[in-house]
Amino acid sequence: MTALSSMIASLNKTLGRPAAALTLVLALAACGSSAGTANSITELDYYTDQQGSAAWQKVLDTCSKQAGVTVQRQTVPTDQMLPKILQGASSRSLPNLVFTDNPTVQQIASTGALTPLSDYGIATDGFYDSIVNAGTYQGKVYGLAPGVNGLALLYNKDMLAEAGVEPPRTWDELKAAAAKLTKGPRYGLAFSAIPSEEGTWQFLPFFWSNGADLSAVDSDKAVRALEFVSGLVAGGSASKSVLNWNQNDVADQFVAGNAAMMINGSWNLARLDGEKALHYGVVPIPTPAAGGSPTVALGGEIGVIPATGQAAQQSAGKVLSCLLSPDVMASWDAGHAYVPSKKDVAEKFGQQYPNMRSFVTEVATARSRSAELGEKYPKVSQALATAVQAAITGSQSAEQALKQAQQAGGS
Amino acid sequence: MSRRAAAIAFLLPAVLYVLVFFGYPLVYNILMSVRDYSVRSFYTGEAPFTGLANYIAALGNPVFVTAALNTVWFTVGSIVFQFGIGLALAVFFNGRFLGSSTLRALLLLPWLLPLVVSGAVWRWIFDQDHGVLNTALRLVGLPAIPWLTDTGWALPAVILTNIWIGIPFNLVLLHGGLRAIPVSLYEAAALDGAGPWQRFRNVTWPLLRPVTGIVLMLGLVYTIKVFDVIMVITGGGPANATQTLTTFSYSLSFHDFAFGQGAAVGNVLILAAMVFGFVYLRSSAREPLA
Repeated sequence: MTALSSMIASLNKTLGRPAAALTLVLALAACGSSAGTANSITELDYYTDQQGSAAWQKVLDTCSKQAGVTVQRQTVPTDQMLPKILQGASSRSLPNLVFTDNPTVQQIASTGALTPLSDYGIATDGFYDSIVNAGTYQGKVYGLAPGVNGLALLYNKDMLAEAGVEPPRTWDELKAAAAKLTKGPRYGLAFSAIPSEEGTWQFLPFFWSNGADLSAVDSDKAVRALEFVSGLVAGGSASKSVLNWNQNDVADQFVAGNAAMMINGSWNLARLDGEKALHYGVVPIPTPAAGGSPTVALGGEIGVIPATGQAAQQSAGKVLSCLLSPDVMASWDAGHAYVPSKKDVAEKFGQQYPNMRSFVTEVATARSRSAELGEKYPKVSQALATAVQAAITGSQSAEQALKQAQQAGGS
Repeated sequence: MSRRAAAIAFLLPAVLYVLVFFGYPLVYNILMSVRDYSVRSFYTGEAPFTGLANYIAALGNPVFVTAALNTVWFTVGSIVFQFGIGLALAVFFNGRFLGSSTLRALLLLPWLLPLVVSGAVWRWIFDQDHGVLNTALRLVGLPAIPWLTDTGWALPAVILTNIWIGIPFNLVLLHGGLRAIPVSLYEAAALDGAGPWQRFRNVTWPLLRPVTGIVLMLGLVYTIKVFDVIMVITGGGPANATQTLTTFSYSLSFHDFAFGQGAAVGNVLILAAMVFGFVYLRSSAREPLA
């Protein structure tokens, strides 16, 4: 069956759609049964880092055994995920189960290639609203995640103690702390501002916490947020290299002692814990005013089941259902330092792992990136990432840059 | 007739290959560029015909002008230096000396590395604070250069990387061309009292011309479509400063999901490469066979 389906896949690629429809019929006929379940399914994810990949393989093995289904796993780098899905969609050779970045779910669901989770008896009870929203397209839930994540401020305890600085809670405190911690080759703060979704994702906590809105990225509140972030670089508290650093690079800088604080995600904690000489703490991302709670963007990969034939879909549903069960969820989240997407599991989790507490707190108020704009999000996100870069390089003022982003994203 | 049938049989695989792997994508790309091709279209196959709307939108995008100019700078800058340095090294290695072939093999290294690896390494070399390049500059008392963080320096930096990657290709082909020039011609020139520069101008350069044409042509086609290097080092940033037509096309397609516009930019690029291709074919057709 595998050989057959891969042969069909490659045939479809060369022959195009009419042939795809025909071979799909043939494939179904070859399988012999349209009811019941398939013995083997394919799964696609982008957990390419060593720890994440190993932790994911472990929960997949658990669920494969529990559901009595062999799971053939495929892993691609993050940026090849969507091209791979689109290729699969056009040749009708999508994997049976896909774990993809949550803002892309809207795009994929809009194709009509996904099946609603209600088909497999998977309910949304107990999940955070934001993650349910991210997996919902036109009123139907197409996907759920076994774990979510967000960004927080991670700091080097030794460096803060040495400089006599308390972990910052407001923007003013962050600015002052970053300046005070900048010393010689060491910067006070590191973050990522690369020209892609990763850059937007790192900027959004500042943007949203200041009350700005994705429907008008050039609002005063947005301009203030961008001025604050670019001001950290202009003031010398953060390296200009943030323009080239992805979040892994940021973590490298932090581990190497080149940055006293960093904005990064929970998935790095497993790695930081491996550094014996490093003592770090985690606090929520500082807010514009004291006492506020930050609005971070919701991260995490959502499991979706494409329409690939009843038998395979039902098997994929069983596996997904298992991955979303509290025990398995907690095991994956502990392995990769994600926040469980079910509220009660997350609360217990936060008590168990103190460093995860800030992330658990933030997930409650996190926002789904695609909630406001739906399918239009990627275009606005791209324009916003470019604006952040323009302001940091100083080639445009924050106001000009965001005005241009509003035009580019809106057109 | 059987000879004719045999000829067709021999030709058929090549024709099929070209049709399937070049003709189909090319036609598909053109079709895509005149349709409203969204993520949905991949699954449903529905993509309404929109005429030249994608071209108007993509070419009217302010980034297009930046990307087109950057593509010209990138291509010209890369080719001039990688050819010049490649030629100098080829002449140098044409002389026989101890370790010549070993050194030449070592110089191939940049070419053997996957572009993504080269890109990643150069990204670290260019790092403003801890990069090898700036550390070296500081050591000799020069100011550090904001290689990848300044909108003015980023393009030269990626061009520099591409030159480094392109040198071995030029070196190998030109070295092969040099080897084909009979030694007796140099001996005769030397007897006539020609110095090294005159030998190069009057013997090497004219006899190397056919190879030069091919090297420049291939270099042009390779360089105009460079994607990985820029994507890995800067991702087209900072603030579009290193955006070329290829990265812009990718960004339109896979960041904005405007696949029609992405295809339109791709077609503009293909057209540009084809113009150069025809110019080369015409000029080489006129040349007498050596």
